[in-house]
Amino acid sequence: MATKLKPVDIAIVGLGWAGGILAKELASTGLKIVAFERGGPRATNPDFMAPQVHDELRYSRRHELIQNLRKETLTFRNDPSQRALPMRQLGSFLPGEGVGGAGTHWSGLHWRWTEWEHKMYSGTVAKYGKSIIPADMNLQDWPIDYHELEPYYDTFEKVCGTSGKAGNLRGTKIDGGNIFEAPRANEFPNPPLTQSHNMVLFEKAARNLGYHPFPVPASNASRAYVNPDGVTLGQCHYCGFCTAFGCEANAKASPHFTVIPLAYKNPNFEARTNSYVMKVNLDSKRKRAVSVTYLDAGGREFEQPADLVILAAYVFGNVHLMLHSKIGKPYDFQRNTGVVGRNYAYQSMGGVGALFPKDTYFNPFMGSGALGTWIDDFNSDNPDFAKLGFIGGGGISSGSNSGAPIGRRPTPPGSPRWGKGWKKAVVETYHRMTSVGNQGSVMSYRQNYLDLDPTYTDSFGRPMLRLTFDWQENEFRQMEFARGICATIAKEMGAEQVLSRRDRGRYSIVPYQTTHNTGGTVFGDDPRTSALNKYLQSWDVSNVFVVGSSAFPQNAGRNPTGPVGALAYRLADTLKNQYLKRPERLVSV
Amino acid sequence: MTEENNAEPKKVNRRAWLKLIGAGAASGALPLGSAAAEDSMAGMHHGAPKPASAADEPVPVYEFLNGDEAAFIEAVVDTFIPPDEVGPGALELGVAVFIDRQLNSGYGRGDRMYLQGPFLEGTPEQGYQLRMTPSELIRNGILDLNAHLREKYKRTFDALSEEDRVAVLTQLEKREIALPTVPTPIFFNLLYDLTMQGYFADPLYGGNKGKAAWRMIGFPGIGNMYADKIEMYRNKKYMSEPLSIQDLL
Repeated sequence: MATKLKPVDIAIVGLGWAGGILAKELASTGLKIVAFERGGPRATNPDFMAPQVHDELRYSRRHELIQNLRKETLTFRNDPSQRALPMRQLGSFLPGEGVGGAGTHWSGLHWRWTEWEHKMYSGTVAKYGKSIIPADMNLQDWPIDYHELEPYYDTFEKVCGTSGKAGNLRGTKIDGGNIFEAPRANEFPNPPLTQSHNMVLFEKAARNLGYHPFPVPASNASRAYVNPDGVTLGQCHYCGFCTAFGCEANAKASPHFTVIPLAYKNPNFEARTNSYVMKVNLDSKRKRAVSVTYLDAGGREFEQPADLVILAAYVFGNVHLMLHSKIGKPYDFQRNTGVVGRNYAYQSMGGVGALFPKDTYFNPFMGSGALGTWIDDFNSDNPDFAKLGFIGGGGISSGSNSGAPIGRRPTPPGSPRWGKGWKKAVVETYHRMTSVGNQGSVMSYRQNYLDLDPTYTDSFGRPMLRLTFDWQENEFRQMEFARGICATIAKEMGAEQVLSRRDRGRYSIVPYQTTHNTGGTVFGDDPRTSALNKYLQSWDVSNVFVVGSSAFPQNAGRNPTGPVGALAYRLADTLKNQYLKRPERLVSV
Repeated sequence: MTEENNAEPKKVNRRAWLKLIGAGAASGALPLGSAAAEDSMAGMHHGAPKPASAADEPVPVYEFLNGDEAAFIEAVVDTFIPPDEVGPGALELGVAVFIDRQLNSGYGRGDRMYLQGPFLEGTPEQGYQLRMTPSELIRNGILDLNAHLREKYKRTFDALSEEDRVAVLTQLEKREIALPTVPTPIFFNLLYDLTMQGYFADPLYGGNKGKAAWRMIGFPGIGNMYADKIEMYRNKKYMSEPLSIQDLL
């Protein structure tokens, strides 16, 4: 039996970037706020101290900072005709756990999405007509455009000390930045990071081919920096232990040392760590949330009444809580009706390996999570969709992220994987192999979705979330086209051998690909195709808001954290300036 | 243990043991005959013999693997990564000890895996669907494979010639041997991944002794900061004695 606690004003579920930003920003309301985090507390000291944090086995292989599947996982199948089975080991994606969430172990690629990436449906129809959209593709616009979000993108970059170079400053295109980006009011807060050897080669090759290379916007600080909140970020060491690791230098922006400690300063704020929120409880008419039920570290059950509930968990957590709490109509694949779980999408990671002549030294161990040079010439709506036969695009890049050898021990094709000759192959290849990668957009489809599993339950006895996903023809075409571009660039860079594999296999949950999952609680203008209105408010239960990439109608060819942070800042403004003054539906149905 | 197994001298195991205690090729320095060495090897798995001299490292005691299992793992890592002129072998770098400790850890016990039923066969894309933890997989896989080899060669894996060990691992990799309990690719991949992890992980975990695998490929370890070097060393060889976690504590 749950112990009922004293009511609070606001309950926040999840303490990563989204929850952390809201916890900090809502302090000014003077309201009583409780945030729930399923994992433990995390601070740079003692959790991310060098040298212990530079431990590839512990963080990159044994996944110290990632969701514990013993407690909670999901089931997976490629299509609705199959029986979904549980994800028993981590693989394809790595949702974070603990204070800071995935924000502690991300790479730091910090994008603003382009204008088209917020308006994929209307932007595509305006250029190519409706007939270009495949029948099973649920292509949808964001209910807000880039310009409405621009000030929030700006705030989030400044908080993170993002390092980069503007390519479109208030409409003026600037060579060396991303000329395809949407106009920005301000330059990046910090200059770009220093390029590695392969990035210099990539930049030169891309220019030779007529493309427009630029430094990846990186929330790895290129110099010591104090953000507008007074938080100091250290200079990036280029230590090569970034993705999957916490940063001992506080150079990689993370909520655990930026927004969250500021939230803690508010006497009306409390974070309950190691606390799993099981469910949002509704009133008898199912129109209002009245409380959340959670378990503490000892498994004791509590009911926390709250006037406002903000779901700020990872994509899967947000969708799972909505479905399990019966908020909004669950998506029904057979009838193509309902909204919660609809429009799940992912991202494709492809490209080519590039082997350079003997005595080339890329020094892959000198790097940072977001250190890369990129082109958008084939991303966003820059490719000709009609000519190429796909909608979307991909960012093409070369970077220097890690040389840690459990993960990086390349050998050329045809050489032995073990035994005699393997050592020679790996020693000869380690320094002269690099890659040119494609990060491809993934559209949403009727047959790719999330719902509740009929068989499997998590350790708490709740039905698991069920993921149904496979690559579609549109995405295969994008991957294949981009692989060709990657190979052309690699050759132009001077690669002796380009390693490329045509792969049209089904999506597999086994190998790590990317933690860029999207959709399931999409926001929009039409309650028949979106779970949330343009203010991220549930259409059905008006005191529940949901924030995160679960709101994205489909995925772009770049990382999601930039818009996640921007949406969180915008939601804080919505709540402070509108909702909390008149707590009701912000958009009438 | 079967009679055949008892009858076969564990050559690999003996060589491993000689290396582990630092005797190397100078086996004459050991005041032990072959039979006595056998006894001491048994001791290695159940209680550490004294080092041959004060200068020698302490002989590791296996925490998880029994004698047969240790012999198997030692032979596997030695076959995956044998010593040669390019660099050290996995066995001499302590990879068998690494695997033993991993199997005895939370990871080996599956403490972050979802292990509730029903257990059904899935597609390859759905991933691992067995009820076994990594340590159970290794334990059952060793029983499976050694049973198969006893039938075919009248020997367990560790007692095979080097050539035969290579042939058996190649057959496993190509899925040409079917095992009754543990699916062949799962067993092979787990052995392979653990061997590579032990060879290249921080020496903290018992493998990669002396950071020898890092030195071999030119990975400078975990303690360097490159903000002032990344530009200077573009396309230049960066030489540095590798540093491990323990070096910096």
